[in-house]
Amino acid sequence: VTHPCVVTIDRKSAPRVMFSGDRLVEVDLPVGSRVIYPKPPMAGLKDPDAAIRYAINHPYNSEPLYALLRPGMKVVIAIDDISLPLPPMKSPDVRERVLTIVLAQLADHGVDDVEMIIATSVHRRMTGPEVKHIVGAKIFNAYWPKRLYNHDAENPKGMALVGETELGEKVILNKKAVDADLVIYVNLNLVPMDGGHKSVAVGLCGYESLKPHHNPKVMRKCNSYMDPKSSELNTVVERMGKVANRNMKVFTIETTINNRMFDRPLSFLHKNEDELSSTEKSALKALIFTLNHTPAEARELVFRNVPSPYELTGVFAGETEAVHEHTLKKCFEQYVVPITGQADIMIAGIPYISPYNVNSYLNPLLVQVMAQGYLFNLYRNNPVVKKGGTLIVTHPCTDRFDKEHHLPYIDFVHRLLPETRDAMELHKRYEQKFSENPAYISMYRNGNAYHPVHPFFMWYWGEAGRQHLGRVIVVGADNEYIPKLLGYETAPSMADALRMARDTAPASPEITMLHCPPIVMADVSLPAATKAPAAPASSGNGAV
Amino acid sequence: VPASYFDVDGTLVRTNLLHPTVFFMVNQASPLRSLGKVARGILGTPAMVLAEMRDRRTFNEMLYGLYEGISQDRLMTLADEAFDVVLKKAIYPGARELIGACRDRGHDVVIISGALDFLMTRLADHLGATHVIANRLEIHEGYATGKLLRPVVAGPEKAKLLRDHARAHGHDLDECFAYSDSYSDVPMLSVVGQPAAVNPDAALERLARAYHWPVLNLDRTP
Repeated sequence: VTHPCVVTIDRKSAPRVMFSGDRLVEVDLPVGSRVIYPKPPMAGLKDPDAAIRYAINHPYNSEPLYALLRPGMKVVIAIDDISLPLPPMKSPDVRERVLTIVLAQLADHGVDDVEMIIATSVHRRMTGPEVKHIVGAKIFNAYWPKRLYNHDAENPKGMALVGETELGEKVILNKKAVDADLVIYVNLNLVPMDGGHKSVAVGLCGYESLKPHHNPKVMRKCNSYMDPKSSELNTVVERMGKVANRNMKVFTIETTINNRMFDRPLSFLHKNEDELSSTEKSALKALIFTLNHTPAEARELVFRNVPSPYELTGVFAGETEAVHEHTLKKCFEQYVVPITGQADIMIAGIPYISPYNVNSYLNPLLVQVMAQGYLFNLYRNNPVVKKGGTLIVTHPCTDRFDKEHHLPYIDFVHRLLPETRDAMELHKRYEQKFSENPAYISMYRNGNAYHPVHPFFMWYWGEAGRQHLGRVIVVGADNEYIPKLLGYETAPSMADALRMARDTAPASPEITMLHCPPIVMADVSLPAATKAPAAPASSGNGAV
Repeated sequence: VPASYFDVDGTLVRTNLLHPTVFFMVNQASPLRSLGKVARGILGTPAMVLAEMRDRRTFNEMLYGLYEGISQDRLMTLADEAFDVVLKKAIYPGARELIGACRDRGHDVVIISGALDFLMTRLADHLGATHVIANRLEIHEGYATGKLLRPVVAGPEKAKLLRDHARAHGHDLDECFAYSDSYSDVPMLSVVGQPAAVNPDAALERLARAYHWPVLNLDRTP
C-alpha cells in the first residue's frame, strides 16, 4: 500500500507544477511516474508561549533553566541566523517568542550580564533589519548592537580554544560563549541536519573548526546529510560538540515548525494537481501567467516580502543530545514519506531560495547546492535515485550573483571551476589560499559578505550527490556555459530531458518526482528482492 | 609570497594631501611666513582644482610647490607632530585590522602614496607596513625647492612603480593585492591579480562592481 502522499501518474493526470527559480512551470510526466508530495502541515501548538515555558521548566536530562541561574552570572544566548526557516517566517518568529520568555526569566533571577550572539559561523553578517525580524523590535531596540550582535569567526581576539577531540580536532569557539557561565542556544530546526551539536560547535566556530567536517572526504562518506545517524558530517560535528559541552555549560532550546510554507492564497502549491478545485486551478494559471509576465525584480520583491505562516509544532529544552532526539523525531514526523524502490530518474524543481541567499539571488553555485546538495539528500536509508541514475532539475541557471553577499562565489565559479570541478583538487589547491584572502575577509567582517571559504563548502555540499549521480540535466537554463561549469547537461523541455535520461537508463525506467517545496523527505526502502543499495555509505566508503 | 599595495589618502586615512600641507603652512617659523604660505596656497587653489581634474601628477607638483623655502630641519621637526595631529587621528578603524591580516598571511605590505615620504614612513611604522613608495621633496642646501624628485608618485606612474617593486622583490603580480579609494588609481589596481576598492569614489565603485572587485569599507568595524 503506497502512502497517500505518493501519487502515480496516469493518462488522466494533470501536469505537475514545479518551481524553476522564481517562476512556476507545468510539466507532463510519463504514465507510471511517481510523485512524492509533502505531508500536510502538522497542527501548530495552540499556545506556543506556554509550550516554551513548559519546555524550559521541564527539560530533558538537565535541571530547569531557572535552577541554573544565579544573580550576577554571565550568560550568552546564541541564536540561529536567518538562513532558517525558508522563507523567513511571519512575525513573531519562534526565536522572538523563546527569547522573550528566556530574557524575562533571566531578569527575574537577577541575571543582567546577558549578551546575544547570532550564530552565523562563516555565513554573512545579518543586517539590523534581519536581526530585528527574528528577535522582534522590543529586544532589538534594547540590545542591538552592543549586547546583540553577529558572531565574527575572524576576530583574532574573539575566538578561544575549548579543547580537542581524541582525533586531534580543535574546537575553537566564540570567546564570549566560552567564557560565559551559561550558554543558552535558541534553535529553529527546519531540517534534520540542523540543531543538535551543530548549533554551538558549528554556529559559533570559525574556519579552523570547520575544516575537520566541511571537506570533500567527509562529504563523500555521508549517506544522507538529512539522516544524522548515517551522516559522517554529523558524526564529526557530534564528536566536536561533545568537547564543547564538556567544557561549557550549554542549555539547548530547540524548536520545530510545520511545513506551512505558503499562505492561504498560494496554499494550493502544497496539493496534488489532480485534486485542485476549479478556483485553485484558475489561481494556478493566473499565478503562472503573472510570474511569466512580471519583471524579475518585481518577482523577487514579491517572493522576498511574503513571509511564511509556519507554526510551532514542538519545543524541547535541556541537554543537547537528549533534546535533539525529540527534535529529530518531530522533524521526521512532518517530512518523511515512505516509498519502496529507488528511481532511475529523479525530477525536482529548484526554487528561488536556499539557506544561503535570503534577501539575495540564488546564484549558480547555490543552484548546485540545491540540486546535488539539498534535493538529492532529502531521503532516509537509501537515495531516491539509484547509483549512476539521472537527476533532472528545472532552473534558469542565470549567471547572476549578489555582488555584496556572494562576491567570493563569483571568483570561485568563474576562476576556479574552469580549472577543475574535482572537489578534492579544489580543496587541496585553492581552499587555504582563498580562505585567507584579506580583502574578502574584510568584507565578511565589516560588510555583509560570506566568508571566502564558504563557496568551497557549497561545492563540497554537492559532493555526495556528484559521487552518486550519473548525470544531472537542467531544464530551462538561459545559457549553456553555467550548466557546463557545474557539470550539467541542458535540455529545452522536460520531454527532451526525459528522452536524454532514458538513453542511459534501463528500459521502462522508474521515474520519481520530488514535489517540493514545501520540504518532503523520502524514506526509501528497497523491494525485498533487491540487494543493498549503492549509496556512498554502504559502498565501502566508511560512513557511520 | 604576495605583496599588498595600499594607497593612503582616502584608503587608509580620511585625510588627503591638502591636510598635512596646510599643517606645514600654518606652522612656519613666523606668523608672517605662515600667512604668506597660506595666502599663496589660497591664490593657487583654482589652478590646483583644475589640475586635479585633469591630471593628478600636475596637482601634486603644484601642491608641493608650497613647500618651497622650508628648511629640511623644520620639515623633520614638524613631521612627528604632523603625523600625530593630522594623520594618526584620521586612520580608518578597519585599516590596522586589514594590514594586520595581510601581515599575518606573510604579505609584504607596501604603502604607495603621493604623500611625502617622511610622513609615510611614520604611518608605515605605526600600521606595520614593511615598505614605502612615496613622493620626495627636492632639497637644495638644506631647503626644499618646492619640486619633487623623479619619479613622481601619482596616477599611472603608481602602476609602474608597483610593477618595479614587485619585480625587485620577487612578487608574482597575479598573487598581489592592491587597495585604493580613487578612480585615478585604476592603473595601479589593474596590474595586480587581486585588486580591491576601499571606501571608493562613485566612479571606482561602479568599475569595481562591474569587474567583481571586492568593495571594502574600512570606516566600519565589526
